[in-house]
Amino acid sequence: MNKLKLSLLAALLALACAGAHSATLRLANQGDSTSMDPHSLNESLQLSFTGNVYEPLVGRDKRLGLVPMLAASWKQASPTVWRFELRKGVKFHDGQPFTADDVLFTFDRIRGDGSDMKSYATAIKEVRKVDSHTVDIETGAPFPILPDVITFVYMMNKAWCEENKAMQPVDRRKGVENAASFRANGTGPFKLKERQPGTRTVLVKNPAYWDKVEGNVDEVIFTPIGNDATRVAALLSGEIDVMEPVPLQDVARVSSNPNLKVMQGPELRTIFLGMDQKRDELQFSNVKGKNPFKDVRVRRAFYQAIDIETIKSRVMRGASAPTALMIAPGIRGFLPEMNKRLPFDQAAAKKLLAEAGYPEGFEVAMNCPNDRYVNDGEICQAVAANLARIGVKINLQAEGKATYFPKILRRDTSFYLLGWTPSTYDSHNVLNAIMGTPSDKGRGQFNLGSYSNARIDEITALVQSETDQVKRNALIAEAFKIHQDEVGHLPLHQQALAWAMKKTVDLVQLPDNNMPLKWVVMK
Amino acid sequence: MIAFILRRFAQAVVVMLSVAFIAFMLFQYVGDPVTNLLGQDATPQQRAQLRADLGLDQPFPVQFAKFVGNALQGEFGLSLRQGRKVSSLIVERFPATMELALTAAILALVVGVPMGVYAALKRGNFWSQALMTFSLLGVSLPTFLIGILLILVFAVTFKVLPSFGRGEVIALGAWTTGWLTWDGWKHLLLPAITLSIYQLTLIMRLVRAEMLEVLRTDYIKFARARGLQDRSIYFGHALKNTLVPVITITGLQLGGLIAFAIITETVFQWPGMGLLFIQAVQFADIPVMAAYLCLIALIFVVINLIVDLLYFAVDPRLRMEKSGGAH
Repeated sequence: MNKLKLSLLAALLALACAGAHSATLRLANQGDSTSMDPHSLNESLQLSFTGNVYEPLVGRDKRLGLVPMLAASWKQASPTVWRFELRKGVKFHDGQPFTADDVLFTFDRIRGDGSDMKSYATAIKEVRKVDSHTVDIETGAPFPILPDVITFVYMMNKAWCEENKAMQPVDRRKGVENAASFRANGTGPFKLKERQPGTRTVLVKNPAYWDKVEGNVDEVIFTPIGNDATRVAALLSGEIDVMEPVPLQDVARVSSNPNLKVMQGPELRTIFLGMDQKRDELQFSNVKGKNPFKDVRVRRAFYQAIDIETIKSRVMRGASAPTALMIAPGIRGFLPEMNKRLPFDQAAAKKLLAEAGYPEGFEVAMNCPNDRYVNDGEICQAVAANLARIGVKINLQAEGKATYFPKILRRDTSFYLLGWTPSTYDSHNVLNAIMGTPSDKGRGQFNLGSYSNARIDEITALVQSETDQVKRNALIAEAFKIHQDEVGHLPLHQQALAWAMKKTVDLVQLPDNNMPLKWVVMK
Repeated sequence: MIAFILRRFAQAVVVMLSVAFIAFMLFQYVGDPVTNLLGQDATPQQRAQLRADLGLDQPFPVQFAKFVGNALQGEFGLSLRQGRKVSSLIVERFPATMELALTAAILALVVGVPMGVYAALKRGNFWSQALMTFSLLGVSLPTFLIGILLILVFAVTFKVLPSFGRGEVIALGAWTTGWLTWDGWKHLLLPAITLSIYQLTLIMRLVRAEMLEVLRTDYIKFARARGLQDRSIYFGHALKNTLVPVITITGLQLGGLIAFAIITETVFQWPGMGLLFIQAVQFADIPVMAAYLCLIALIFVVINLIVDLLYFAVDPRLRMEKSGGAH
């Protein structure tokens, strides 16, 4: 045993010595960043990857707390004005200095045509230059969480964009290509060296970076490998150093390899089920003339019929955290003491259904994506089997995300599964997008079953501008309590992230599925 | 002759139009790219606006007419997923698929023909029985399974060949090739074998059957009676006559290899057109799907045209006919 350990140690040392001088990180993901333009798509992989090349004013640390990036400091100058002092001496990769003009340009760019980052700027009324390194951002109403909201707004260089005709993100409607889609000029710790979309993207270290870099990676070769089995094989054969996601059925196999390790951690995304509570008769059910989901007893019966622990152990192979709240730990406003699920109790569920007037149960169709979240199709199958035990017959319709999302966004559904990560890491986003009564102002946009409570809507508006954290948290707790009592949605779990890598690679796994390459250490 | 070619071209245009038309009808069911183009925080108004701007809210005959109009000017638009010109995406990916398909076709011929000859000549002995069993496996095993098995054996267990990608390539103008580097060949080997196995076993069984047929004919018997050597009978006379159908089949199958490289490319993350197409389907990237399907139709049409012309050259009876179809 000792001998084995010694020889392993020797092998590791040899590996460590061999890799010490030039560290190349070979990275594989199931998908590719669709573009190098940090404003063209509001999606986690693209923002995570381009976040190594471009940087925001305010960033996040290893525990998702706010840290100064291109802004050295910020303060609320008045209830509606935030003042940002920009970091001095920062240069873009082409050598141009970073100034207030670039900040103004960036905020214009994200609010303009072709940008998918508009939602991060909806509260902003005006961005003003005070001097070359000071910027004021004025909001329409008091907006205490502005610094949290702009952590994904990456700064671009005005002169470079003008030179390369990249003043706006690529406009697919006009049929004109845009240099920012495949070239980049940021301030970040890595420079873009090579870009072959869908095949290979190479980053190299930026020697003139303004900050000290913790990691030791000089070069990053990023390859998308869509096929799960091939991606696992590439890691097992040593052709790549890090890959994600690991298919859950392969976690045990990868961990059993002496050279590899799997990192699993909770993600910020919450998976839940929603029910149509608006229509007077469900579109896809055998109950005619009324809508059973309008009755809280039916919703509660569904909740208590779901055996979440078995879903965790069988479907998710342990890689999930069952939840009673619609947000994950790590989101501002999370309350551990409220995170207690209604007990799993099929007898009680049956009784509730009978009280509501459905002693024999009923039939309803369920819509489910099968390529969006971890094992999403299987979760729905398990839920359908659970509900069958209380007499509810589910007609399951599982399909790809390209057809699923258009359908449920049209609200052509009675019962559906969805996952949600609040992009601001703040409860207000969930209150507004998931629990708020749908309005034409954008509230309740993903409240696809139109759950509605007037007090929650009122609280949502208050939370947006409340600056006192204690009062704000109390308001959030009140809204969550109402939502729990009324069983507005059926929360299921937070899925776990699963990354696999060589044992010689140390990295930081953030719960928002970002992988900052500046923190990667290769031994 | 000229009239024949012109007629074939007219037919080709009809085929291409029908393919594009059917493709567009199917696009109504692949889903909506707009939800993929905009993130979760986009408003319904923004989605509707984008849908209208992209022309996706129009009935499909209108979308189709627009597509044909643009395609006639050589304009396939921008990929919705990547925001790059579809034509440049295809030009970029075409060499990878062509090299893979050609290598697979050559491999199938070079290995399949001798194996077929052997199986015909040594009918009934152990090795030819083994070859026949193997060929049955080759015809019936699905491509993705063969690919995964090869990866498991050669990449994961023995670590001698890479499991994904194209390796080091050399650019010759717009054409990138992996044929000129050692690394490129290492990456090419497993996908090429995977793609060729079906063709290889098909050719082997075909050669064997044709060879057995030919060996029974009178002129072989006469050749034997004249006292010619076995070697010259088998390879000089018999094999030559079995190769005509083999070459026809190989030619026609080349189109199939290019089109069905999709699965092999997906398994090996081979950066060819098939992978581009699969990624486009998952995203509902309509311009890329449409251009790919039209290109594949064109390749089939051209290959068939060449084969028809070859028949025309080979078979004197066709030249005698002044009118009528060429089928």
